[in-house]
Amino acid sequence: MSEDLYKEIILDYYKNPRNYGTLENPDMKAMDTNPLCGDELEMQIKLGESDKIADIRFNGKGCAISMASASILTEMVQGKKIEDARQFNKEELLGAMGTPNLGPVRIKCALLPLKVLKLAIYSHLGKVLEGDDRNL
Amino acid sequence: MIKGSLTLDPKIIRQDFPIFQQAVAKPLVYLDSAATSQRPSKVIDAEMEYYQKYNSNVHRGVYRISVEATEAYERAREKVARFINARSPKEIIFVRSTTEAINLISQTWGRTNIQTGDNVLLTEMEHHSNIVPWMMLCKEKGASLRYLEVDDDGFLSLDQLDSSLDNRSKLLAFTHASNVLGTINPAKEMIRRAHDKGALVVLDSAQTTPHMTTDVRDLDCDFMAFSGHKMLGPTGIGILYAREEILDRMEPFLYGGDMIKEVHKDSARWNDLPWKFEAGTPNIAGAIGLGAAIDYINGLGIDQIRAHERAITSRALDMVQSIPGITVYGPKDPDKRAGLISFNIKGVHAHDTASILDTHNVCIRAGHHCAQPLMEKLGVPATTRASFYVYNNNEDIDMLIHGIEAVKGVFKL
Repeated sequence: MSEDLYKEIILDYYKNPRNYGTLENPDMKAMDTNPLCGDELEMQIKLGESDKIADIRFNGKGCAISMASASILTEMVQGKKIEDARQFNKEELLGAMGTPNLGPVRIKCALLPLKVLKLAIYSHLGKVLEGDDRNL
Repeated sequence: MIKGSLTLDPKIIRQDFPIFQQAVAKPLVYLDSAATSQRPSKVIDAEMEYYQKYNSNVHRGVYRISVEATEAYERAREKVARFINARSPKEIIFVRSTTEAINLISQTWGRTNIQTGDNVLLTEMEHHSNIVPWMMLCKEKGASLRYLEVDDDGFLSLDQLDSSLDNRSKLLAFTHASNVLGTINPAKEMIRRAHDKGALVVLDSAQTTPHMTTDVRDLDCDFMAFSGHKMLGPTGIGILYAREEILDRMEPFLYGGDMIKEVHKDSARWNDLPWKFEAGTPNIAGAIGLGAAIDYINGLGIDQIRAHERAITSRALDMVQSIPGITVYGPKDPDKRAGLISFNIKGVHAHDTASILDTHNVCIRAGHHCAQPLMEKLGVPATTRASFYVYNNNEDIDMLIHGIEAVKGVFKL
C-alpha cells in the first residue's frame, strides 16, 4: 500500500461525491457496515423501463476509499439492467478506481459499496448472495 | 527536544527488542502498544527455552522436566501475584485474555449472584469485552445494565456513580483507563463508593497494569482482569485476579482435567485454588513468558515506565494539538491520561490517516477500538490512536507529526 492509493480520482470523488443522498420510495435498498473501519453504507435504487436502474443513490459515512468507490459504482451501474448490475464484478470497479492493488484490509472498504448493491439486487430478486458474490 | 528529559533511554531499551533490530529501509515506528506491545528477547527466549529444554506437561508428571515445567509455571504465577500485590498466588488465575477473564466472572459469579431485577453498572468508555458479557448475562437473568456517562473532557462523574448505585446494584465493572480517551479513572475512590452501596467491583486493568503500579490490596477491587500481551508478554495468556474468599465460593468455569481432585462415574470434587479454574493443559509457555516480561518490567521500574510515558504523551499532546484541524479526544492533562492519544483530522477518515502513516512505516490504529458505545457518544465513526510504551522515543513522535502533515498534504488540507 502506498500514498499512490490516494490518486486524484479517489480524492475528487471523496470530496465531491456523486449520487449521494436518498430516494423517495426506492424499489430496492440495502445497507451494510464494515466493522473494521466503522463504514456504514446504504444504497437505494429506483427501477425504470425494462428493469433498468433509473436512479441510484447512496448515503452513509466512511473513508475516502469506500466513499469514492460508492460514487464510482453508482455512476457505472446507472442505466444498466438489473441482471447486468448483478453480474458487475469487482475487477471492473477496482479498475475504474485506478486501484487494482489494494491490500487485504483496505479492499474491504472499496468493495463495501459493491456488496451493498448486490445485497439490494439479490434481496429484490428474493435470493441470497451466490457464487463469488458471497465472498464480497 | 533533548533525550535527557526522558527517564528511560529507548535507544538502549530497543536493543532488547528484536523487532527494532530488523534491517528495513525505514525504521519501524510502532505506536500501537495499547493493542499489543512488542516483546523483548528475554520473553521470547524464556518461551523457547521451555520448548527446547524442559517441554512437558505441568502438575502430573513425576519426572524431572515435568517438575521443572510445573515449577516454572507456578513461579510465573507468584511473579504475577507480587507484581499486583495480591495476598496469595491462589488469587491469580491464568486465562487466555482479559476477555476470557471477564467472561469467566460473568459465567460463574454472575450467573450465581445476578438475579431478575438486579442491575450491573458499566461506563460509556468500556471496551466491548467489558460490555457484551454483562449484556448477555443481564438478558439471561432479566437484570438491567446501567452506564455512567463520559463528559466532554473524557471524565466520569463520581456523583453520578453514587446516584446510579442502589440496593439492586450487584456489580460495578469499569476500566482503569480508557483505551480510546486515555482517561485514568479514580479507581480506588470508585471502588470505595461501590462497596459502600454493597456492590462488588470488576476492574479492567488491561490498559494500566502494563504501565503503572497496580496494587489490588490498595485498590480493594474484588476482581481484576488484564492481558500478558499488552505488557511485553506473549499472546494467549491473561490474568484473572479475584479475592480468595470470592473464588472459593464461585463455581468452576470450564470442566475437565486438572481442575478436579477426584472424579467418579456420577460425581466430582473440584481442585483447590487456583487450579479449580484452570481446566485442561494451560498455556505453559505463555505463563513462563509473562513471568519473564514481569522481570523485565521490574528491571526498568514501573514508576520509571509511567514517568517515561507521561513525558512522551505530554510532548505528543502538545505537538498534535498545535496542528490546525486536529481534534484530540480525552483529558488534556497528561497526569490524568494513560500513554495514548486518539485524534481525528478534520475531513479525513481515521482509516485514510492510518493508511498514509503506514507508508511512512508509522503503525497506528484506526477504527472504533472495540468501544462503539463511546464512538456513538463522541459522534464519530472512528478515531486514529497512537499509543506509547517503554521503547518509544521523541523521534517516534516527530515521525507521527511528519505523517500527519503528509496526510494533510495528500488531502490538500
